[in-house]
Amino acid sequence: MPEEAAIGCARPTGGPVGEEPDSKTADKQQPEKKELSMIKVSQKAPDFTAPGFHKGEFINTKLSDYLGKWVLLCFYPGDFTFV
Amino acid sequence: MSIDSMFTHKMWDEDELSKMVDGGVPFPMLSDAGGKVGTVYGVYDEDAGVEARGRFIIDPDGVVQGYEVLTPPVGRNVNETFRQLQAFQLVRETKGGEATPSGWRPGKATLKPGIDLVGKVWKEWKTEQAFD
Repeated sequence: MPEEAAIGCARPTGGPVGEEPDSKTADKQQPEKKELSMIKVSQKAPDFTAPGFHKGEFINTKLSDYLGKWVLLCFYPGDFTFV
Repeated sequence: MSIDSMFTHKMWDEDELSKMVDGGVPFPMLSDAGGKVGTVYGVYDEDAGVEARGRFIIDPDGVVQGYEVLTPPVGRNVNETFRQLQAFQLVRETKGGEATPSGWRPGKATLKPGIDLVGKVWKEWKTEQAFD
């Protein structure tokens, strides 16, 4: 489960977990943008790491740490927005 | 998860959300500064620099069972999310032996897919059940 994160002055961020695309072939085929496949039901949720805040502590979390549990992953436009 | 930093999450939880929910937000508030995770999940709007209201139901094997994505001004229906979660849990518990027809919620009848049910759903399930 989430581990407590050390606090610095930087704004930490996470990202997808997994292999980087092969740079040689990726460069040839898609010089500008990486093509991303849509999320599909019945397929694996892409793993990621992300820092966060949970019950008074800063944490680092990884989606795959929650294997064995049901997960509701919710995105929203931003803190202090109204809806 | 949003593009806000964990520092902003802390302030929002302490200054506002804890006034709505006793003890504050009970689950982790995750930071996706830069929108890298949101991009992979197809909810990051590069032009606006924010993430849409995406909601993904992920089962214990890490498999996506369902999702919903709304534009920012419209809020979610949390009860509907829980209903879907309960339905997916029932299907998983019965190893696919039961399926939940339209309008199902806990306590209502399920369907048992099989050769005997072919062409006979009209006997087992009425249209009104989608709305009651």
